[in-house]
This record gives sequence, structure tokens and C-alpha cells, in this order.
Amino acid sequence: MQKEDFLRDVLVELIKKSETVLPDDVITALEESFKKETNEIARLQLRTILDNVKLAREEGLPICQDTGTLIFFIDMGVDSPYRHVLKAAIHEAVEISTREIPLRPNCVDPFTGKNTGNTGERIPWIEWNLVEGSDCRITVLPKGAGSENCSTLRMFNPSDGIDKIENFVVNHVIECGGKPCPPVVLGIGIGGGADIAMKLAKKSLLRRIGERNPNKVVADLEEKILRRVNETGIGPMGLGGNVTALDVHIEYASRHPASFPVAISVQCWANRRACVVIREDGGVDWI
Amino acid sequence: MDLKTPLTEKDVRRLRAGDIIYVSGTLITARDRAHKRVLSNCRDIPVDMEGLVLYHCGPVAKKVGNEWIVLSAGPTTSYRLEDVEADFIKCTGVRMIVGKGGMGEKTTDACMEYGAVYCSFTGGASLLAAKSIKKVKDVFWLDMGMPEALWIFEVERFGPLVVSIDAHGNNLHREVINRAKSRV
Repeated sequence: MQKEDFLRDVLVELIKKSETVLPDDVITALEESFKKETNEIARLQLRTILDNVKLAREEGLPICQDTGTLIFFIDMGVDSPYRHVLKAAIHEAVEISTREIPLRPNCVDPFTGKNTGNTGERIPWIEWNLVEGSDCRITVLPKGAGSENCSTLRMFNPSDGIDKIENFVVNHVIECGGKPCPPVVLGIGIGGGADIAMKLAKKSLLRRIGERNPNKVVADLEEKILRRVNETGIGPMGLGGNVTALDVHIEYASRHPASFPVAISVQCWANRRACVVIREDGGVDWI
Repeated sequence: MDLKTPLTEKDVRRLRAGDIIYVSGTLITARDRAHKRVLSNCRDIPVDMEGLVLYHCGPVAKKVGNEWIVLSAGPTTSYRLEDVEADFIKCTGVRMIVGKGGMGEKTTDACMEYGAVYCSFTGGASLLAAKSIKKVKDVFWLDMGMPEALWIFEVERFGPLVVSIDAHGNNLHREVINRAKSRV
């Protein structure tokens, strides 16, 4: 089999997995949330979510009809034999997946309104990261619009202090209410610049639920914000309850002395992602 | 509680925010572009919606022979339609709106004035929703793309739905947000 064909087939499988099988850490977090809820409406939302997740897996169909905008995060080994063919293979795999899974056509020209399937100008988006070695690591994140529309960015004053950032996040979650399909996962990017903070916020969504930032100060802030967000009582689907967020992930970069950007990327309960590593010899490790 | 379309004003005035219901009968999907097209010429729309259920949904459907099969049909974020929903209720006579995430003051007022309710279906539960769709009765305006078209579904025990805006001015999402604000 040609290198391109092999890669395309792996990618089609990767996309299908991301759309139909919710990662085990997310399912566990949803099950634990169900146990924490006491009111009937909140329990009903989580029960419905868990039933739907099970059905998606059994029938090999997308969990949500919003199959998202597909974003690919690539750690490309400088010696990987796939570096020249990956981009074309991703585009081909997205087109095949759209027909075969099927995915909803979610790619619209901003000016003409024309829907072009799931490939279009710069879409699917690919985030490239060059790394040492010969492995190629591919993660796909299908991002739905309900939660994406709740993204936000604020440029703080450096003198504002961390508690203002905490309040910004908590108040934002309250304003969003049921719109992003809670219980959500909050990705927060701090520092760098406006674009860097936003990218870090989204990239932090790739982390497993419960995995803390290795920096103790940041990890403590993640837990504090998670606790405060859950104290709001927004609850599953914004209908009230004890669990508003499954987790909070923060990634950061050093900032300019005069600038303090904070970005929030909100992810719905369907925290869909799938990852695969393709080795130089064609070996495939599903992560 | 089980309800059937066509819904009467009396049917929906009986409901209270927080009620859990199932609905059977005819559901019509409309998102942003379909709302716009309905409102551009309300007298000339392809289906009489009086007493029916409006569903904020952009489904994934597949055509097998001459029949459409709905694979996935969860709710979309209703708030995007907040500016136009009151006029939509007024001109079409729908008695129930189903979506997710809640709606605002204008829709709450319209529900009270014209006798309608807004219900939440669990966001993302698109396969469970599709299971209760027994038949695609028709589809119009496919020129706007599959998610934006006007789909007419026949459903059986569609739900569970939570009445979030009743016809008496209560709005569950608003209450939850106000309570949250008072806690921080």
C-alpha cells in the first residue's frame, strides 16, 4: 500500500473514533457527575447524555449532530517519512469521513454563505509542531459551535491580580448559562499575546480530565476555579445542579510586561478527541 | 406527561417551568436561515405550523431510495434565534419550541402573550432524538443546506423535555443564572 493511502485510512479511523467514542476519562467524569446530582432535572440531563454516549458507541454513529470543525494538532518528528504527505491525507480523510460516517457539512464560506462540506479555506485547521525523532503524533479535536461561540478573550492590566482573572472566568461561565452544553471543560490560556493565549486555551482541552498542570501554582488555580464554577449551580444544560464543569485546564506562556491576556475556550460535555502515533516503520499506536 | 400535536393554547397554558414532558406528532426544524426566510414572507410558507412544535435543530440525514433517514438530530443553541422568535411565534402559531440553552426576555414575553412554551432537550443527545423520529414527512428549502432546511418530522414520545419557559412568564434558565449571580 502507498504511504498516502495507508495514512488516509488511519486518519479516517481516527476521525471516526473521535466522533463516535467519547474518551474514557470523560465518560468517568460524567458518571461521577451523575452521582453528585440530587435534583431530578439535573440527573435526567446526565442520564440522557450517558444513554446517548452508549448508543453512539454501539451504533458507530456521531455522538452529536454537530460533528464540529475538525482541528488537527500534529507533533511531527523531523525524521518522519509522513511529513510531506500528511496535509493532503488529512484533507482526503476528512472528505471520506464526511461521506461515510457521515459528518454534517459544517464548512461555510463567510462571504457567500456557500457550504463546502468539511473542507474549505484553511479548514480543516492544522496546528503543526515540529519535534525531534521520527514519530508522527496526530490528535483530532472536533469542536462544536455551541461551545465555541462561548469563547472569549480579555486583555487584563498586569496590576489586576489573579483574583480578577478568577472572577472573569466564573462570571463568564454564568453568563453563558446553558449555551455551551454544560457540564463543560474550560480551557484557559494565559500570557503570550492575544493569539497565543487563545491557542493555549484550546490546546489545553486535549488534556485528560483530572490531569493537572505540572506547575503547582497553576494546578491550584485550576482546582480553585473548578470549585468556584461548580458553586454557581448553573448545572447540566444550565437547568440547575451541582456540576457545571467537569474540569478546568490552564496553559500559560510568559507575557509582555505591559500585557496580561487571558483566553477562555469552552468545550461542551462531548469533549471529543482522539490521538494516534504513527511510527517510522508504519506501526500505529492508538493513544 | 405526554402531549400530542396539534397543541391547543389550553394544552400549553397548563404547563409550568420545570415540568418534564414527552411530545408526539409533528415537529418542524428551523434554524437561523429558515427563520429569516419564514419571516420574510410569513403568508407563503410551505407548511401550516399552527399548533405544531418548532425544533431548533440541524439534522444529519441520509437519502435511501426516495426516503430520508435521520441519523442524528440533537438541538442547536436557541439563543441565536432570540431576536426573531417572538415574531416567528406570532406569525406561525407554533405552540411549543424545543431547543437547548434557553432563551431571553422577548421570547418569554411572546410565550406569555400568544400561549406557547419553550422546552429544553439535552444538548448533544442527537441519537436519542433521532430514535424518536419515526418518519421524515417532508423537507423544504434544501437549497440552504441540510442543517438549515425546513424538515418536517413525525415523532413518537420525543423527549424527555424540560419546560424551561412557560406561558406564565417563568424562565428556568434565567432563574438559574440569577441565582448563580447572587452566589458569587
